[in-house]
Amino acid sequence: MLNRYPLWKNLLILLVIGIGAIYALPNLYPEDPAVQISGTRGSIEITNTDLNRAEQALEKAGISVLEASLEGNSGLIRLLADDQQLAAREVIQQSLGEKYVVALSQAATTPEWLVNLGARGVNLGLDLRGGVHFLMEVDMDAAVKQQLEVTASEIRATLRKERLRFRKVAVEAGQIEVLLASAEDLDKARRLLQVDRQDYTFNADDSGLLLITMNEQAIRNLEDYAVDQNLTTLRNRVNELGVAEPLVQRSGRNRIVVELPGVQDTASAKRILGATANLEFRLEANRNAETFDTETFGFRDQPNRTAVLERDIITTGNNVANASVGFDENNKPQVNIRLNGQGGRFMSDATKNNVGRSMAVLFIEHKTRTRIVEQEGERIEVREPYTEQGIISLATIQSQLGSSFRITGSGSVQEASELSLLLRAGALAAPIYFVEERTIGPSLGQKNIEQGVTSIQIGLALVVIFMLAWYRVFGIFACVALTTNLVLLVALLSVLGATLTLPGIAGIVLTLGMAVDANVLINARIKEEMYHRGLSPQNAIHSGYEKAFATILDANITTFLVAIILFSIGTGPVKGFAVTLSLGLLTSMFTAILVTRLMVNWVYGGRRIERISL
Amino acid sequence: MTNNLSSKLLNININFMKLRYLAFGLSAVLLLVSIGSLATQGLRLGLDFTGGTLVELHYTNSPNLEEVRGQLETAGYEQFVVQNFGSSHDVLIRLNQGFSPEVGEQVRSLLDTQNADKVELTRAEFVGAQVGDELRDQGGLGMLVAMLCIMVYVAFRFQYKFAVGSVLALVHDVIILLGFFSVFRIDFDLTVLAALLAVVGYSINDTIVVYDRIRENFRKIREGTVSELINLSINQTLIRTTITSITTLLVVVTLFLLGGEMIHNFALALMVGILVGTYSSIYIAGTLLLSMKVSREDLAIPIKEGVLEEDGRP
Repeated sequence: MLNRYPLWKNLLILLVIGIGAIYALPNLYPEDPAVQISGTRGSIEITNTDLNRAEQALEKAGISVLEASLEGNSGLIRLLADDQQLAAREVIQQSLGEKYVVALSQAATTPEWLVNLGARGVNLGLDLRGGVHFLMEVDMDAAVKQQLEVTASEIRATLRKERLRFRKVAVEAGQIEVLLASAEDLDKARRLLQVDRQDYTFNADDSGLLLITMNEQAIRNLEDYAVDQNLTTLRNRVNELGVAEPLVQRSGRNRIVVELPGVQDTASAKRILGATANLEFRLEANRNAETFDTETFGFRDQPNRTAVLERDIITTGNNVANASVGFDENNKPQVNIRLNGQGGRFMSDATKNNVGRSMAVLFIEHKTRTRIVEQEGERIEVREPYTEQGIISLATIQSQLGSSFRITGSGSVQEASELSLLLRAGALAAPIYFVEERTIGPSLGQKNIEQGVTSIQIGLALVVIFMLAWYRVFGIFACVALTTNLVLLVALLSVLGATLTLPGIAGIVLTLGMAVDANVLINARIKEEMYHRGLSPQNAIHSGYEKAFATILDANITTFLVAIILFSIGTGPVKGFAVTLSLGLLTSMFTAILVTRLMVNWVYGGRRIERISL
Repeated sequence: MTNNLSSKLLNININFMKLRYLAFGLSAVLLLVSIGSLATQGLRLGLDFTGGTLVELHYTNSPNLEEVRGQLETAGYEQFVVQNFGSSHDVLIRLNQGFSPEVGEQVRSLLDTQNADKVELTRAEFVGAQVGDELRDQGGLGMLVAMLCIMVYVAFRFQYKFAVGSVLALVHDVIILLGFFSVFRIDFDLTVLAALLAVVGYSINDTIVVYDRIRENFRKIREGTVSELINLSINQTLIRTTITSITTLLVVVTLFLLGGEMIHNFALALMVGILVGTYSSIYIAGTLLLSMKVSREDLAIPIKEGVLEEDGRP
């Protein structure tokens, strides 16, 4: 019999639609404004006591709580009103203290049975919910230079240990230059230094200078390491900032994308993310020390005071295991530091024989100034890296130091807490600078959603009216298919965890417009088969679907090719558009061909018909 | 619209082959104007491609843009553009200078203190010049790769003359769309690039439908000249081409009117692109085949379709 689907095919189509509907469902439940509480470290678990304390604090501040619950390691407090979110965060942070991170969040209200099925709402992009987007570039030259500095420091130590006197060990123009006191030592030094340094190439020039350069492969590895290390550090810092659902991702060879939904204070986010502050602990130089072994630094808060320090570093902020803010006897802020095992060893070794000498804490910050200059009509970006170094404390070593100690003199409470945050979250392996930044206010996000949804609704309505007027009953089929298409598309986007952006919504709207194309092709074909070739309606339907299929396939594959290319080359907005466009093509093939056919078969199939409403 | 009307529409027979010199002439003019404008004044590239800093502010009142400019100038800002964005309450400021974390807030507070009502920061964007360059290169590259892939696919499914024809029709659409943005000095940003690529997708879709019918008729109908067959195919697909354009335009116009300022240019690009794409599918793509002297022999070997038609699937 013509135009009948076997039962299994009918059931399969209905099943797909049913599953699609279930997975699209969570998007109908609005989200609650909420705050999320978690520990600064994984080991801190949130308990009901913490939640109760937070709730009581909120009650006292007059903020109404909808529900408080524990979710794994963290707590979630749902609020009644959107505008109380910020205030709630502050209240809770104050009542719980520094060990906890309180972040703004949006809590889904999806019923439990849906959650158990793995259904969830579609992720909204930054342009729809507000927030900050950063693109950062890791300064590779600086990473290499830093590594060379470390190696130079090791070389000095080795040479000293082997009693090979040297005039100079310094990093110059991307290589380490070693000048020994007597030329006869050159070969010996070279042999000695080459041990375990496969990453370096050693060359001696005519003037007796030993030049040490890093190999290409080693530089590549170092770059990878620097980016990975920076990723980890940035993740830690983002966690410290307290942002729900942040995104920190490598992008290309030396870039990192950071997206912080809901964050409005970009300036402070940027200061903390981009800070390359680090500490170095160094001994004050003896009076009779050689000048090439020493460096002179100013004090951070006393511009006219300077001190001469040894070039060698005892340890750095990288070896800090924990840091917190406290107050000293005079109620001045101090940073309590605990070093890790290695750092503690370095510290106790260095201080054991130097009781009575002074140790300085040196604060180092790598910064970049970006200027755009006009040059021969072209606008060129000029970045000038510069380093700010300053001593924050210089104190006499009273006794051998272990892994725990405190430093004072870091300035205001805010500065002390930012310093401790940076020490906790780790230093960046290489300086980074911002190459792109986008801040979207929450009101704009809301506006974008509303406008997007309105456009979808009205666009859909217009298409429906047009199709009904033009194709009658077959128009109804097409419209049902179109709606099913929207449901399936939303379900797919939700399940795949795709992020919906404004261009993504535009992609949906465009897909809806184009999705009817398949039905137009089919319907036009059926008509033609009837009126031109004189086929009976039943045969015309069959042949119309059959013939249109090849065309639809060809046309959609070429469009799909474009969507894939868009996806692979595009960034952010273009990608979002490509995702919805390509998924939309897939779902529209299903709905326009199979779903409409199902309906056509039900209405007209398997019986004698004189005419069809087309 | 009655059944009568729509069945009458099936019998439309316009002699597109006769119109083809007119169409070629029109296209030539459009292309010349577009290329001329692109060559002389280029595109007004948006922030995404040039790099720079952009700050969008929301005023409770409607500020006088001249005053805002003056305030920025006195504060020492150089080379900036101030314009309304969407409504008279929203102001967009593009700065040509480098970025510091505070620039958005600085501009806001500067203008806030000099304005009676509150000024809110809606969004601040900064794109490094290098990133902009890369995006531009990627966009151009993407376009070329897309066209190449389409050419290969069409050559494989149809024949190389069809591949050349479809890609030429695409190049035609892209140049005219770029020309439109160049002539009217409309900001060309990342969303417009996305729209441009979508137009490529849409237009190829349209062209393939026409070509598909030409292929079918070439194999099926034994009488008639090549020119007649192409003309017949275009007429047969005309209704479909028009209706699809209408439905797509319906939603795109909705987006243009209601979608908000941020996708205004996106929707505009789609609107123009769909019109041009539809025109080229009807008037250019088919007739290009004629100019390339396509013949029945080019499609003589029936590939899969013959099988598809006969196996009588349920």
